[in-house]
Amino acid sequence: MSFFRTSMQYILKYLEEVGEMSAFAGRFFRELFRRPFESRELLRQCYNMGNKSLLLVGVTGFIIGLVFTLQSRPKMLDLGASAWIPSMVSISIVREIGPIITALICAGRIGSGIGAELGSMRVTEQIDAMEVSGTNPFKYLVVTRILATTLMIPLLVVMSDAIALFGSFLVENTKGDVSFRYFFDEVFLSLDFVDLIPSTLKTFFFGFAIGLVGCYRGYYCKHGTAGVGVAANTAVVETSMLLFVLDFIAVMVTDIFY
Amino acid sequence: MNKKSVTEGRRAVITIRGLKKFFGKNHVLNGFDMDLYEGETLVIMGKSGSGKSVMIKCLIGLETHDEGTINIMGRNMENVTEDELNEIRTEVGFLFQGSALYDSMTVRENLEFPLRRHVEKMGHFSDATPLVLEALESVGLAHAIDLMPEELSGGMKRRVALARTLILRPKIILYDEPTTGLDPITSKEIVLLMKSVQQKYKTSSIIITHDVDCARFISDRMILLVDGINYAEGTFAELDASTDPKVQAFFKS
Ligand SMILES: Nc1ncnc2c1ncn2[C@@H]1O[C@H](COP(=O)(O)OP(=O)(O)OP(=O)(O)O)[C@@H](O)[C@H]1O
Ligand SMILES: [Mg+2]
Repeated sequence: MSFFRTSMQYILKYLEEVGEMSAFAGRFFRELFRRPFESRELLRQCYNMGNKSLLLVGVTGFIIGLVFTLQSRPKMLDLGASAWIPSMVSISIVREIGPIITALICAGRIGSGIGAELGSMRVTEQIDAMEVSGTNPFKYLVVTRILATTLMIPLLVVMSDAIALFGSFLVENTKGDVSFRYFFDEVFLSLDFVDLIPSTLKTFFFGFAIGLVGCYRGYYCKHGTAGVGVAANTAVVETSMLLFVLDFIAVMVTDIFY
Repeated sequence: MNKKSVTEGRRAVITIRGLKKFFGKNHVLNGFDMDLYEGETLVIMGKSGSGKSVMIKCLIGLETHDEGTINIMGRNMENVTEDELNEIRTEVGFLFQGSALYDSMTVRENLEFPLRRHVEKMGHFSDATPLVLEALESVGLAHAIDLMPEELSGGMKRRVALARTLILRPKIILYDEPTTGLDPITSKEIVLLMKSVQQKYKTSSIIITHDVDCARFISDRMILLVDGINYAEGTFAELDASTDPKVQAFFKS
């Protein structure tokens, strides 16, 4: 009986948080189209996010391309299918590995940063100070950040995909003597709109999720400085979960249409 | 107590009646009444945890109150729209207990932040620098314009926070413990500064403080907040002479 009660309480609390986060997202869309627009802060956020994650995303993408090709190569050779390596690698990177890995890294890098920054602004009353001077902190802090992640994550994913494919080419080139021209001809032949459109679309949702959860956790941060750590941490954990759920939904939807 | 002598014939800019605020079972405010008259400096004293910060946050709408009415310059705070609330907030400056400077911005950007978002109130300006400098000069910190908040001392932070409030030319300023955590000399400087601001900009102010010397020097009138109500009211001299033990506790250490 008490087990039932506690699990009910847990589920109710969970649903409550989902409701609050949806309301937060609703407020984002309402404020998005209201003047004045904080375009300078938006640009600054985009620049910072790109700048902060460029190297990390690049290096990870490169290594994934390398490792993925190195590991699948012997098996493909056994099967006499070495000519298919470029298309197999490109499909799996562009459709799945590139978007999800990049988004997860950005959840750790960008999402936690947003959670910690807004959280510390909340507990040191900086957000309240914006409010009492008659300005709109939601617009300045939240709208710009969610918009920035929504725009920047897709860009970072495209870049990471490109670097991963280049890593894969390096392996093919050194081990299998495949030329640049042949490799990328094969890549582009095997990729068509069915791969590109859904996998690009879903990265916008990934970016939105990273910004939304980070901002929500930071903006409603409680319990002083210790709360800031909790906000940053929760932001990463919840975003990562949400990313997999979104990815799953994206795959299901794509499956229905194609 | 003889309230008429100091308040006669003056217009109230803030009126609070029967303000109640509960946090669960914790009844912080229990029917608090207050008037702030035009041009006066009202000091509110109360023990730590008596609800002074909560009261002043209800006043400016950072906390919602459970019962009672708050009226600022003729407008009821219970039924204002968001735009009206923001307009009132440009008329009422608020100085936080911890300064609350935006720590990712320079001093200049801290001051420009509210300014650039209220161009309709401030009239058209092409360059914000003269306005920023003027506000900084009135707190004696024009040389710190390009520093980051982390490079400022506690006293300087309070001054910059005051300048950030002044830049919107508020008619009312609310100070939450402006001298707490500062050494006696810096405290004295801040008190003098508040006095000079009050004279220069003709503001009405509410000052929350524990500091008896500050209260003696700056107050036109005082309210003691005890048990969630306005326990005693009057000038410093009147309260100092009171024989009530709860009032005495504030003045005799
Ligand atoms: N957000 C909150 N949630 C729950 N209780 C709160 C909250 N804010 C304040 N309180 C409670 O309200 C009471 C009054 O707090 P407040 O901060 O107003 O005190 P204060 O008079 O300003 O004290 P100090 O002089 O130390 O600043 C305290 O008992 C505090 O625990
Ligand atoms: Mg306080």
